[in-house]
This record gives sequence, C-alpha cells and structure tokens, in this order.
Amino acid sequence: MNIVVLVKYVPDTQFDRHLTGDNHRIDRNESILSELDEYALEAALALTDARGGVKAGNKVTALTLGPASAAAAVKKSLQIGATEGVHVSDDALAGSDASATSLALAAAIKTLGPVDLVITGMASTDGETSIIPAQLSARLGLPQLTFAASLEVEGSTVTARRDGDDVTEEIQATLPVLVSVTDQANEPRYPNFKGIIAAKKKKVTTLSLADLGLSADAVGPAGSLTQVVAAAERPARTAGTIITDSGEAGIALADFLAAQKLI
Amino acid sequence: MRAIVVFIDQIDVPGTLHPTSHQLLTLARAAGEPVAVVAGPVSGELAADLGAYGVTRVLHSEQPDLADYLVAPKAELVAQAAATVSAAAVLLDNGPQGKEIAARVGVALNAGVITDAVSVEPVDGDLLVHKSVLAGSYTVAARASSAVAVITVKSHSVEAAPAAAATVPAVEAIQVAFAPASLGARVVQRTPRAATGRPELEDARIVVAGGRGVDGDFGPVEELADVLGAAVGASRAATDAGWISHSAQVGQTGKKVSPQLYISVGISGAIQQKAGMQTSKVIVAVNKDPESPVFEIADFGIVGDLFKVLPQAVEEIKRRRA
Repeated sequence: MNIVVLVKYVPDTQFDRHLTGDNHRIDRNESILSELDEYALEAALALTDARGGVKAGNKVTALTLGPASAAAAVKKSLQIGATEGVHVSDDALAGSDASATSLALAAAIKTLGPVDLVITGMASTDGETSIIPAQLSARLGLPQLTFAASLEVEGSTVTARRDGDDVTEEIQATLPVLVSVTDQANEPRYPNFKGIIAAKKKKVTTLSLADLGLSADAVGPAGSLTQVVAAAERPARTAGTIITDSGEAGIALADFLAAQKLI
Repeated sequence: MRAIVVFIDQIDVPGTLHPTSHQLLTLARAAGEPVAVVAGPVSGELAADLGAYGVTRVLHSEQPDLADYLVAPKAELVAQAAATVSAAAVLLDNGPQGKEIAARVGVALNAGVITDAVSVEPVDGDLLVHKSVLAGSYTVAARASSAVAVITVKSHSVEAAPAAAATVPAVEAIQVAFAPASLGARVVQRTPRAATGRPELEDARIVVAGGRGVDGDFGPVEELADVLGAAVGASRAATDAGWISHSAQVGQTGKKVSPQLYISVGISGAIQQKAGMQTSKVIVAVNKDPESPVFEIADFGIVGDLFKVLPQAVEEIKRRRA
C-alpha cells in the first residue's frame, strides 16, 4: 500500500499561543507535530504493518507544508515509523488560508504517483477548522471517509465508523480514498531508539511551488479567499471565590447560582 | 437583493426546522434575501415554517443519492443551488457535516470558507464574521474576498426571530448533477443512538461536566444536570475510561462549549480541557484538589468531595423550588 499521511507542525497546546503581526498570523515558536496527526500516522502504520511492512512494498509518506522549521514534524514522523518524508516549503505559502493550503497539498500529493490512501487527523490543533480533509477529497476526486473512529481495509474496500451526536454511521468506499481519523481511532505509538537512529537514513524531499506547478499568486495572501481583518486577545480569566467545604458547600453553590440568576 | 443561501437538512434530521436553522434564516434575512436549500422533501409544514422566517424561495432535491452517500452529494446540491440563485453567501450549521459541506462548496464555487462563526454582521455589503481562535484566547474578525462567502455558524450566535410578515415561499425541485467521485463514500448502516432526553452539549445553556474525580460514577453529575436542565459533559479521562460516551467529551479534541454556566466536577482542568470551555460565561468548579488548574479560571470554586457537595446542592435547589 502507498499511504500519504498529512502531518502539521503546530504551536504546542501546553503553552499560551499567540497571534502576531499585522496579518494576525499564528506565532509558530514552541511548535510540535500536531497531537491529532499522531492518530493518522498510527492508522497508516498499523495498516502497513498488517501487510508485511516496508519489506512487502508498503510505504508511508509523511507530508507537511510549512516553513523550514516544519521539517521537524516530518522528522518526528520518520522516527515514529514513516518510510519517507515530503516537505512543501516556499516563502510564498506563508499566510495561506484553508483553500490555498488544500490547493498546494493536493498538488503535492499528485506528485507522489498513485496513492491508495491519504490519511489526516480530524483537525489541526491550531486552526481547528477541520475543513482541509474535505477540501482535499474534493480537489483530488477521492471519496472521503472523514471523522473515522475506526478504520478497516479488506481487499480494496475501506470501512469506517463515524460517531455523530444522535447516530452512528458505517461508511464504505473503494480504494483510493481519503480518510480523516479521530482520537478514538487508535493508540499512537512513540518513537523508540531504533526508530530514531533509522530515521536519520530516511529520505526527505523538499518541494517548492515550482515543483508543484503552482504560481506564487495561487497561494499565500494573494491566493487566499479569506482574510483575518482584526484580532484581539481575550482578557485572561481570573480566579473568583474559592471556598473549602466544611459541610455547607452544596448550599453555597445553590446560593451562588441563585445570585447569578442561574436557578 | 442578494440571495443568502441557508442549507437545511431534511434527510438526517427530518420534520420541522432545527432551532439552528431558525437562527441561520434570521441571519440570512438581515444580510439579504434568504433562500432555503433543502436536502429532502419540503412538507407544507416546513414551507410554512420557512415562510414564517421570510423565505421567498426554496430549492430542494429528493434524489436518493443525497441520503445514500456521505456529505459530497449534499455539497453538490448546495453548490449548484447557490450558483443558480447567484448567492452572495452560503450559511450552514457548525456541526461536522455542516463544516464538511462548507469545505466542499468552497472548492466547487472557489469561495472562501469561514468556520466557527459566533456572530456575523453585514458591513458595507460584506459579511464580517467574528470567531474565537486558539482555544478562546483570541477573538478575530474575518471576511471572504471571493464572490461567494461560505460561513458555518455556531448555535446561539444569532437570536432567532420570525419575519415581521410571513411569506409564502415558491418551492422548486432541482435536479443535481452528481459527479461520479461524489458517489464514492456510501453510508452502509445508520444506527440511531439512544436519546438521553437532555439538551445537546453544544446547544445547552448549562453544562455539568465530570472528570477523573467521579471515579466511574456519573450519578451525582447527572442528577445536578437534570435539576438544572443541563447537558452532561466529560473530560477525556472520563470518556477514555469508558464511564460515559465519547460524544460527551469537552475539550481540545472534543466539543467546544460556550454555555451561560459550566460546572466542572472532578476535572483538574488541564489546558486541553480548558480549551473546550473557557469561553463559558460563568464557570463553577468542584474538586478535591485545591491545586487543580481549573480553580485559576473558576468564578466560584469549591474544594471538596463531589459526592457530598453535588447531592447537597441538588437537594437545596429542589427545596428552593418547592
């Protein structure tokens, strides 16, 4: 199987995150491989492991789009077990919205030859829009099995379970397909020492816009169809009244709710 | 006036209009001429309800492909209908399906897509969208520069109000041309989940959420939720432990809620949990551990045993109402 996994280098959610500059872009210091992409990578590795791994001709390509620092997301993916990496990097890409990003990602995937599966996380943990998988599916003409809480491939049939608020759906498609997986899909593995050493020898290809056949005005602010025109930091919440229960805290809670006109 | 398309699903949620649809139609009326695009049948009752919200034109399709496949055919219906009426904007709900339809309509119409809107204001013939980003730490205003703007709007972003005068909408059936690739992901089975009788998390005015501290027993959380008419939420630790359905999860990877009141019970309030609830208007926390980070953001915090505090609060609320 030839699988492409999208991996994104995003600001670590453990720290305060900031918008910066006149364009209100995300400050990308303190970034890591997006936690939700680890589920996508695991889904790909589990599928290839079950089919005899690299020796049997299976391949997992970790694909990222981002500035030079984003290569770290590819490196981490290689350490976890991806076969090779692709880094789409071009100054003109900075400030791309979802539409421009999905355009460039689709072009990058097309350079990788016939692909059986494109697997993504359910959302990035920075923009959190979760629209890239559906846009990629539309641009690549692949069926989308999105928000998969479970994923099975038998022969060329892919089956996924999708849990909604009031209904659980089982969906099916024939390879090639695009899948996005939720954090319920699996338990991601961690890189081990052997993996870290092996990653150093793995191939990473860097692609520019020219390699994708795109012009600079198709992406970045010029190619984006949305703009953030204003941003304001929300005042941090501060602690209110804290009491320690001495047997009457439930009544104090009712008092508080009554004072707030919530009961 | 410019047509503003509102997508209405009568396949997965048939019957009358969902409250979110009323909100979207109210917003559409403020921005232009509301046009309803309906997947599924348009009953007399539905047409009357749409008319009450000022809809003059309804485009709908009952083609079975809309129900048999995931998302893509519905997106083609919306995109083709929006093109037919030369829509200036397309409004959808902010659920997973609404966002995915929006994403595909954006590609089909070469239109900018803005998700998670908490308010939308018409400004100089443009729609300015306000949303909160980076887990509620910033609010931003965004706009689409394309001919059509595709916007997904969170529940309760707009207060629903019927039109001053009801209209009688013209209902037209349209025939959608589905691309073969859209008929790729077939829905082979649908299993309805048992209804809890409680409000949906994302729609609820009050949310009571339990975490690791409930130690497998959501009883006290549910009792407090029921006396308050609240939805029940949970931290990832509680859903991963299997104490409650994953659909109850609030946080970075779960539901984002912004209710009037959020009561956090037995949840330490690690940053991923905060990410899903810190835009709530009032936050109450109950936790045994005084060092829990949730106390840094709670308007009212109780350091105590939830199994004592919650039942006492439930009794007291009932007593006051009696």
